Amino acid sequence: MTTDKLSLREGLEALLSDQLLSVQERLGETTIVVSAADMLPVLTKLRDADSMQFSQMTDLCGMDYSEYGDGAWQGKRFAVVYQLLSVVHNRRLRVRVFAEEDDFPVLASVAPVWAGANWFEREAFDLFGIIFTGHPDLRRILTDYGFVGNPFRKDFPISGHVEMRYDAEQQRVVYQPVTVEPREVTPRIIREETYGCH
Amino acid sequence: MPEIKNYTMNFGPQHPAAHGVLRLVLELDGEVIVRADPHIGLLHRATEKLAEHKTFLQSVPYMDRLDYVSMLCNEHAYVQAIEKLAGIEVPLRAQYIRVMFDEITRILNHLMWLGAHGLDIGAMTVFLYCFREREDLMDAYEAVSGARMHAAYYRPGGVYRDLPDTMPQYEASKIHNAAAIKKMNANRQGSLLDFLEDFTRRFPTYVDEYETLLTDNRIWKQRTVGIGIVTPERALALGLTGPMLRGSGIEWDLRKKQPYAAYDKVDFDVPVGVNGDSYDRYLVRVEEMRQSNRIIKQCIDWLRVNPGPVMTSNHKYAPPGRESMKQNMEELIHHFKLFTEGMRVPEGEAYAAVEHPKGEFGIYLVSDGANKPYRLKIRAPGFPHLAALDEMARGHMIADVVTIIGTQDIVFGEIDR
Repeated sequence: MTTDKLSLREGLEALLSDQLLSVQERLGETTIVVSAADMLPVLTKLRDADSMQFSQMTDLCGMDYSEYGDGAWQGKRFAVVYQLLSVVHNRRLRVRVFAEEDDFPVLASVAPVWAGANWFEREAFDLFGIIFTGHPDLRRILTDYGFVGNPFRKDFPISGHVEMRYDAEQQRVVYQPVTVEPREVTPRIIREETYGCH
Repeated sequence: MPEIKNYTMNFGPQHPAAHGVLRLVLELDGEVIVRADPHIGLLHRATEKLAEHKTFLQSVPYMDRLDYVSMLCNEHAYVQAIEKLAGIEVPLRAQYIRVMFDEITRILNHLMWLGAHGLDIGAMTVFLYCFREREDLMDAYEAVSGARMHAAYYRPGGVYRDLPDTMPQYEASKIHNAAAIKKMNANRQGSLLDFLEDFTRRFPTYVDEYETLLTDNRIWKQRTVGIGIVTPERALALGLTGPMLRGSGIEWDLRKKQPYAAYDKVDFDVPVGVNGDSYDRYLVRVEEMRQSNRIIKQCIDWLRVNPGPVMTSNHKYAPPGRESMKQNMEELIHHFKLFTEGMRVPEGEAYAAVEHPKGEFGIYLVSDGANKPYRLKIRAPGFPHLAALDEMARGHMIADVVTIIGTQDIVFGEIDR
């Protein structure tokens, strides 16, 4: 396994050279970061090159880093994380691509590279508002018809903005602003590294 | 001459063959599918967002409710992600217990699938047979966790408690008299392991029964052979995993290829299909049940002779024993901190995947060092499977859509999350 990982890092450096912004190896997993401009050629290379052959994109995950580390995050806000799997070489690779603009995150669609990306990108579009250019059918997927907002962004409250009820007078279902108060039973807290150690 | 137009039909969301709340918009040319557009999200509960607002331990029961017919496998991926990130050592006995319950879960899932799939395409009896065996396995769940389905039994660092020495018993009622109860309780006199061993002895015969009903059945073959063929290349590109991938002839099983827990210590075979159609996937899943039975048997033998702890002794992640908590100040503090503030998982990211009965179930966990996950992404196997429905159903008849939904083993708890 270890020699495999070593050759993966070297293989990546040889294949991508300056398109590779960073490589990180931790917990037996390899993560690379590439720029949004390079992502399509890089991902296509990762799929096709003999040393890589990442023929399957297992997962595509939208990320909103705005509240990471309680405001310690300095980089760009939105990213998409691809989990790639090579059945031939039996290894995984994680690729992270940051969207250039925080207000209007746009990335290229990888649906032409892996057909399975179609729905995953629709999900990231729905939940995070990330636009994928070149996607064949970018529609909302998980939220309700006519939903407004991107619920998995960190600035979207967990209770949402609207609630639904049946109105007996109008004899139909109506939307109204939420009446529940947001509450937090266990506060979120980041302790210092040595907390609890003597 | 009249112009012939395609028409669009709505299938679901309230349709017994839609396996839950699937709304499928079908564009038809006569009775042939031109395009299938699944509308999902009717069961969306934002589990991932909820997990960001809960401590790590509080999210364990949410995992049961994702794929609600393979509860413990979901939990396994989740606790593995935490263990990987925090570097927690899991005792070997806990790993064997996890493997055993993963395989029990696999049989539970495949029985549910076989019954429902059969029912969808016209085989009523097999459903009744399957549910008979599910009952025994859910009793095993109940014995170990107190819940028949949503167990919350796996915890970061091990399992909640060791296997019980007694099995719950049936009690006499208006329907069953004392003599009948005695017969029903006959295999429940010993420990959970005795009960499961009895089950593993009986189960291969049961699988033979299902096979007698279906494998060479003319109607079954007419409904499944050649339906929803996926080539190996397309299966990979579309993100299919598990039996959907193996049915297409790719030998890929995370239990073998990237072993986790104690899977490298047990012996089993991985069945692979040839044609990539619904019939092959049926054969693969039936053989998987037999192999799961084999694994359970090996786990029982090991667990009988190897007592030991089932939870890590690192009290930053697992609660201390009740007794020591009452006598020791430090343990009391650990207990208090663990159940109020929760555990602190070091900053970083980890992806943990298990071979779930439906395919690769992965948890991508990002922690910024807080007591709650920063982001939890659930990679549900059913999601890319359902996305492939359009491609698999094109050119087939409308009744074949039901077969394809069935062969994909769709459960909406995990797809909609």
